[in-house]
Amino acid sequence: MKLVVCIKQVPKVTELPWDEKTGTLRRDLASGMMNPACKHALEAALQIKENHNASITVITMGPPAAEEMLREALAMGADEAILICDWLLAGSDTFATSLVLKEAIKKQCPKFDLILCGAYTADSETAQVGPQLAEELDLPAAAYVEKMEITGKTLRVRRLVDNFRETLEMEFPALVTVSMENYKPRYTSLAGLENAFDQKDVSVLDAKSLGLSSSSIEQKGSRTRVRKVFLRKAQKGNVVLQGAASNVVHEFLDRYQRKIGTVIGKSIEEKKQHDDK
Amino acid sequence: MTTNRRKSIWVFGDYRNYYQNRVTLQLIARAVALAKTINAEVCALIFGHEIDEWIMEYTAHGADRILAIDDPALKSYSTEKYLAIIERLARERDPEIILIGATDFGREFAPRLAKRLKTGLSADCVGLDITEDGLLLQIAPSFGGNMLAEIVTEFHRPQMATVRPGTFKEIPHDYERTAIVERLPLMKGLPKPRVRLIEYERSVEKEHTIENASVIVCGGRGMGNKEKFKKLQELARLLGGDVGATRPVVYAGWAEHNVLVGQAGKHIKPKILFSFGISGAIQHTAGLGEADFIVAINKNPQATMLKMADVAIVGDASDVVNNLIKELKKRIRE
Ligand SMILES: Cc1cc2nc3c(=O)[nH]c(=O)nc-3n(C[C@H](O)[C@H](O)[C@H](O)COP(=O)(O)OP(=O)(O)OC[C@H]3O[C@@H](n4cnc5c(N)ncnc54)[C@H](O)[C@@H]3O)c2cc1C
Repeated sequence: MKLVVCIKQVPKVTELPWDEKTGTLRRDLASGMMNPACKHALEAALQIKENHNASITVITMGPPAAEEMLREALAMGADEAILICDWLLAGSDTFATSLVLKEAIKKQCPKFDLILCGAYTADSETAQVGPQLAEELDLPAAAYVEKMEITGKTLRVRRLVDNFRETLEMEFPALVTVSMENYKPRYTSLAGLENAFDQKDVSVLDAKSLGLSSSSIEQKGSRTRVRKVFLRKAQKGNVVLQGAASNVVHEFLDRYQRKIGTVIGKSIEEKKQHDDK
Repeated sequence: MTTNRRKSIWVFGDYRNYYQNRVTLQLIARAVALAKTINAEVCALIFGHEIDEWIMEYTAHGADRILAIDDPALKSYSTEKYLAIIERLARERDPEIILIGATDFGREFAPRLAKRLKTGLSADCVGLDITEDGLLLQIAPSFGGNMLAEIVTEFHRPQMATVRPGTFKEIPHDYERTAIVERLPLMKGLPKPRVRLIEYERSVEKEHTIENASVIVCGGRGMGNKEKFKKLQELARLLGGDVGATRPVVYAGWAEHNVLVGQAGKHIKPKILFSFGISGAIQHTAGLGEADFIVAINKNPQATMLKMADVAIVGDASDVVNNLIKELKKRIRE
């Protein structure tokens, strides 16, 4: 069986440790990581590989630095890695990305049985690439998959969507996007990682080798355009309290305990202080 | 092709959790406002079996037209069947805009529909408007930080967006309202779905839902550590509420994923929200659309979260938590 796992490198920036002293984010620690849901998808593929005779190709579109993440995937147990890397493709929206992934898959592993993607990415969270890739390749597909079972050419998946538990079946070739419910990614040892750096090759493809010229990318490419990015303004003219915590809390409750009491259905009031000491 | 037909804004009728999730009604309401600007009609799509209730509801909540297909074959939700149906309808009728709620279903369905119609889609919008040149302005959270992006689909139609539940307010129902209801037969010759639904049931696992709590005590990275974070539980208990968390906190294992508040998590609408040690990143505040009264505690007076609050307390989150617990224990009468 042939499995393809589409993975993405995402910045760790938004979850950067925060500097106790200065109160700012430690951007110096920013680096890329394999998107968590993609890692779960890879783990799912690895478990299939263990139980069925399968090989795994991991594929990513990204900057040269994404090679490191591919090495990690190889160390985890993937057999082959492909990096699609071209400045022409920078800024692609999901419409364009899924098109590029399709071209790469058609070229490098046309005989796949199952494509696995992460259900969403930590940096943009659109959850669109997987479903759009299914359309590109005209495949039966299911998103947010938590469990898979394979019998012969049939894939059975379990998932939770909008509070409904569903069991679905489809025939290979198919596509799933994997949620983070199950399939906790395995640990990769440093030795394994070093090996992956030494031994296995990462193939690099550019737009041209996929038959995508700049004009074809232009007309087939992104549909959406970001007009501007702006800072959301804060809305409220608010009450600001500051000072020692105990004073602030007193002041706060004195002013708002009625309001809070009404909401929680209990009476909140300061006890008469005559029995103190 | 008729070119003089009135423009249409379509809203996909996602009725499956009607009573818990009002996103379709919220989209109809927003579509009504947008439609005025571009002189369009608002058309709700309903595919299913025995759907009269939804036809009535969507009419009462503001749709001008309903496209309904009532057929036993549509008894359960099916991405593939719906895709095939809407693809045909859209090719026949050229809607200007298609809006879909960002439910799990919507977020799987919309990207595929956009791909089939070869058009753009923006995900999880937190605002919609019309630009001066009549385009749909799609406002969506942008990568990291506090930024919002304005996105347009210039050259392709329909313009499509999925929209975060809770972003807009529904129009109160009015059962006197009328709409043009087109009941269409299920088209012939639709491709046979390749995904078979073997089993489905409403999840019975008691889902921990903070969506309906009237008081939420939300904690962020500024709580400092797991022990201090756990104190929020005590405060929440005193207030009869629930604890919510930001993503770094969930990633650090201080709280479970099911209490994550924001774009990637729950959308909450408490009457009172306490926000402790939270910066107020857009991905988090996207989940606070409907909080009535916000009390935020942050040691940084410039924090966005403080600016969004009704009461902004500048100070150490954990100190304030401890003092609140102590003081509430004294003051609350059962
Ligand atoms: C695609 C995407 C989706 C995301 N989805 C979500 C989501 O659904 N929900 C979510 O929450 N995040 C989400 N995020 C992450 C989000 O961008 C922020 O990183 C996150 O909300 C920040 O959490 P925080 O406020 O707890 O931490 P920080 O931003 O680190 O803020 C900590 C705050 O605590 C204050 N502080 C520090 N010490 C103290 C103290 N002792 N007392 C008082 N205050 C103190 C600091 O001044 C600071 O304001 C998402 C990010 C992306 C890219």
